[in-house]
Amino acid sequence: MVAPTTPETKVVFKRPESFTDVTTHYCPGCTHGVAHRLVAEVIDEMGLREKTIGVAPVGCSVFAYKYFNMDFVEAAHGRAPAMATGIKRVLPQKTIFTYQGDGDLASIGMAEIMHAAARGENISVIFINNAIFGMTGGQMAPTTLPGMKTTSSPFGRDVELTGFPIRMSEMLATMDGAGYIVRRSLHDAKHIRQSKKAIRMAIETQERGLGFSMVELLSSCPTNWKVAPDEALKFIAESMIPVFPLGDYKVRPELAGLRV
Amino acid sequence: MAKELLKGNEAFAEAAIRAGCEGFYGYPITPSTEFLEYMAKRMPQLGRAFVQAESEVAAINMVYGGACTGKRVMTASSSPGVSLMMEGISYIAGTEVPAVIVNVMRGGPGLGNIAPSQGDYHQMVKGGGHGDYFPIVLAPASVQEAIDYISLAFDLADKYRNIVHVIVDGNMGQMMEPAELPPMRELPKDPPSWAVTGAEGRQPNFLSSIYIDPADEEVTNIRLVKRWMEIEKNEIRYSEYLMEDAEFAVIGFGTAGRVASSAIRAAREEGVKVGLFRPITLAPFPKKQIEEISKRVKRILVVEMNTGMMLDDVAAIVQGRVPVEFYGRLGGMTPFPDEILDEIRRVADNKAPINGDARAEWISRLEKIVEEGR
Ligand SMILES: Cc1ncc(C[n+]2csc(CCOP(=O)(O)OP(=O)(O)O)c2C)c(N)n1
Ligand code: SF4
Ligand SMILES: [Mg+2]
Repeated sequence: MVAPTTPETKVVFKRPESFTDVTTHYCPGCTHGVAHRLVAEVIDEMGLREKTIGVAPVGCSVFAYKYFNMDFVEAAHGRAPAMATGIKRVLPQKTIFTYQGDGDLASIGMAEIMHAAARGENISVIFINNAIFGMTGGQMAPTTLPGMKTTSSPFGRDVELTGFPIRMSEMLATMDGAGYIVRRSLHDAKHIRQSKKAIRMAIETQERGLGFSMVELLSSCPTNWKVAPDEALKFIAESMIPVFPLGDYKVRPELAGLRV
Repeated sequence: MAKELLKGNEAFAEAAIRAGCEGFYGYPITPSTEFLEYMAKRMPQLGRAFVQAESEVAAINMVYGGACTGKRVMTASSSPGVSLMMEGISYIAGTEVPAVIVNVMRGGPGLGNIAPSQGDYHQMVKGGGHGDYFPIVLAPASVQEAIDYISLAFDLADKYRNIVHVIVDGNMGQMMEPAELPPMRELPKDPPSWAVTGAEGRQPNFLSSIYIDPADEEVTNIRLVKRWMEIEKNEIRYSEYLMEDAEFAVIGFGTAGRVASSAIRAAREEGVKVGLFRPITLAPFPKKQIEEISKRVKRILVVEMNTGMMLDDVAAIVQGRVPVEFYGRLGGMTPFPDEILDEIRRVADNKAPINGDARAEWISRLEKIVEEGR
């Protein structure tokens, strides 16, 4: 983006340098794009763009690499934490983050995420929990709410047959290797600002070598939830948050005094 | 450096380190575990990366990540573990990053056993993972050869940005042999231009196996197969033993080839003009050399420690010019030289020429041998 040159204009909002000037492929009302932007802003603010390597998942954000103006790799479904580990261990000075959906992270990639946290792998994970497999057209995810209709739970998720939603943040917080684990939401401006702070904290955790960090973001999928975008945001606030309470699940004491 | 008595797996691991391996990611499995244990000790001493992964699935994806940084990285495993790695191997191939995978093969299918086998020939040589790709496959037959070929594996992987499998069997992983290690190579100072290292002062690099438009994937497949044809032209390797005047050729790789060489020496003493052709690159396969051999010998005997997987490849090249017979032990059984000697005699006498399928004939004889042994 070209900066305006007239002296009386002041730039108050611009595309982060860590973001490419590309229209995303996300559906209208999808908060994947919001999450991307927050990550890009944080990396800009911390001046880390030229030392960051992102790891994209398989899911709707499979093309995340197109939107971030930095080195990127594209992992196999669920394997982003392993791939990030492989990178971080040979390039320990670089900043490595994965960006993963709930199918990617909590279903097929459960082993990889748990063990990355257990090892205290110095990477940051942005976890997009939209309670559904978005990319494949709306099947049940491990995070799908009880009673929620999906294409593979067409009568509503029956917990007798399919079990209960998995709360990843709570579970990962039990790992001694985890430095910073929080859950935030993207359903309104206030929560988006809180989400950004959390992303900043996660990267700060990594930069300080304090172990594994993850920000779980409750996110919308109006397309597969089959609701309008504003309804989708309301669904997060009213239906998702009660099942996935927002909060700080693990914050290493070294981070307690940090204000971002 | 002089020859020392070296343990297979440990020597292979040290060879990898000396070839500049900066990251090892693995999961324990017999009969390859000493490889990982050696790395666990040595890599941290050198300030290099070692991770015991939670599974072979994770291990290969760590290799994938490490490979994307342009550093020399690897894993070592054994058959069931390598099966689990096939997803990641396919992604590595599709992303065109270099990686070295050592498979110390054991008896199967399934959990099978921990005894030496060559039953992964198809999985390793023909690809194993999904999609259209071509791994380079090296099959050394001694500790020394494995040391040398592990070094070469890294060079070939880098040169072609290709997967290189080094396949040995449990015999070689576990044996001790006099061998010489090469000197420690210096690590490269700069990463290759394609690597992800943080886009400092340059355009971002992006590494992926995704080509969502089939037209782009087709272009990628063309690039991969053209690279493969280049590899086929440049990288064929094999060893010949007493082949100059041979009337009969034994063809076998790895341990099977090595055991056959003892049988061949004994047969020569009996006046049988037999020699050994031992492919070292199973992919690319020495097709032209085998074709030439089939034009000058009377009969060929293929020996393997599987049900005749390479046999099919040899037969396809020979095209019926001369009879191709087969001898193989299965399930983790290692052949004895005198068993192969018997077969060489039989093939040379031609008292019972095969009529029909070489595999079927051998298996019916093997059944009797197994029956008698019980
Ligand atoms: C090994 C493998 N299995 C299945 C798939 C198909 N697949 C692609 S994305 C996906 C689920 C994605 O859901 P999620 O991670 O929640 O991401 P979202 O699209 O919701 O952002 C599945 C099952 C695949 N690509 N690879
Ligand atoms: S399918 Fe859902 S998660 Fe995927 S882009 Fe559309 S709204 Fe977003
Ligand atoms: Mg999802």
